[in-house]
Amino acid sequence: MKPSVIEMIYSQHDEIIRQWKNEVTELNQFDSTLPTNWFHETNEEFVNLIMGTLELEENEAKEQFRSFAERLMNAGWPLSYFTKGMQLFRRVLVQMLTSDESFESEKVFETLNEVEKWVDGVINQLVDEYTGSWENTLHLQKLALKELSAPLIPVFEKISVMPLVGTIDTERAKLIMENLLEGIIEHRSQVVLIDITGVPVVDTMVAHHIIQASEAVRLVGAECILVGIRPEIAQTIINLGIDLRKFPTKSTLRKGIETGLELTQRKIISTS
Amino acid sequence: MSVQSNVEVHSEWGIVSARQAGRNLAKELGFGGVDQARFTTAISELARNIYLYAEQGEIIIETVENSRITGVQRGLKITARDRGPGIKSIREVMEDGYTTSGGLGAGLPGVKRLMDEFDIDSVTGEGTEITAIKWLR
Ligand SMILES: Nc1ncnc2c1ncn2[C@@H]1O[C@H](COP(=O)(O)OP(=O)(O)O)[C@@H](O)[C@H]1O
Ligand SMILES: [Mg+2]
Repeated sequence: MKPSVIEMIYSQHDEIIRQWKNEVTELNQFDSTLPTNWFHETNEEFVNLIMGTLELEENEAKEQFRSFAERLMNAGWPLSYFTKGMQLFRRVLVQMLTSDESFESEKVFETLNEVEKWVDGVINQLVDEYTGSWENTLHLQKLALKELSAPLIPVFEKISVMPLVGTIDTERAKLIMENLLEGIIEHRSQVVLIDITGVPVVDTMVAHHIIQASEAVRLVGAECILVGIRPEIAQTIINLGIDLRKFPTKSTLRKGIETGLELTQRKIISTS
Repeated sequence: MSVQSNVEVHSEWGIVSARQAGRNLAKELGFGGVDQARFTTAISELARNIYLYAEQGEIIIETVENSRITGVQRGLKITARDRGPGIKSIREVMEDGYTTSGGLGAGLPGVKRLMDEFDIDSVTGEGTEITAIKWLR
């Protein structure tokens, strides 16, 4: 920003801050999403930041806004607090410079022009910052969900378990397949136990996905054992006419693990 | 008094809600664990077929009664209704393994075995209505 413009704004320093603080409280008093504690402290910090960065070089100014915004966003302050605050700064300046006749109109025009650009720049940056961190959060949550909904857990060397809990839809069936095949390679599993104790309904689609998954597991050279088939589920599977005899099954996870150990030439022994 | 539950099916969530409604009614009526699972699985098959082949439709679950010499028999009836493409050959779709979607083709014959009564009414180009009843033992 031009030194003459900065000088002009700084000549009104205290008055600008006073008016800004006055109006920001009004502006935000109906906004219930705003954290109520630290409200005054934050306003104080915000307006001093605005005034302080006017004379800074652009990158330096952006860095200061970035760290301020990041800290508040993490504490739950909404984006609108920043954008409203910046717009208010502009409004206060316009009011002040246009109502006082002692300012040269050319100078006022120049100042407002500069301020306009500066405020827009900061708002754009904050919006980018904010959507960036929001998209990032969303991305991380999707990843977490992906890992949670079909995790492959290496329980022993060469033996992994995939415990399935909840409804299996098309999206999740895809994840099961992906995580199985990726995990088998990653953990060098030779035996995979798919535990369906927590799956509420096994209809023909779920059965089909499980059959396909276990065939894929075999194709990459591992053995797949289905465990945790509850008695009522076993009944319905038979009624549906699905033949699971081709697929190794064990009633419990424990028996499945014992089989897995046998298949990899090991067993659990008691040392007493 | 008859109890009834209607669920619109136009996404996979609809399938889950229909199942849930069915499981709740089956529990309330006093079905045992295995029959609850059979009933819920039958709903799941019919709802998924609606979603897959007709895109949208509805599942209606209601209590029904039947007077016998031994007393009144109670049960639950599923009606799966859609305005999809309809089924050309009912004989074909009732064969184990018949599928047009690369599925297992075990859904409809499976539902017939899971339930006590089963009926398909379908007109090509107009839609399909499948009804099935499970009696309380
Ligand atoms: N509501 C429906 N509308 C039209 N066609 C259907 C409907 N339900 C089932 N079908 C047809 O019947 C076939 C067999 O269905 P089903 O026994 O459930 O096996 P799958 O769904 O595995 O193919 C389906 O592939 C489809 O062509
Ligand atoms: Mg089907």
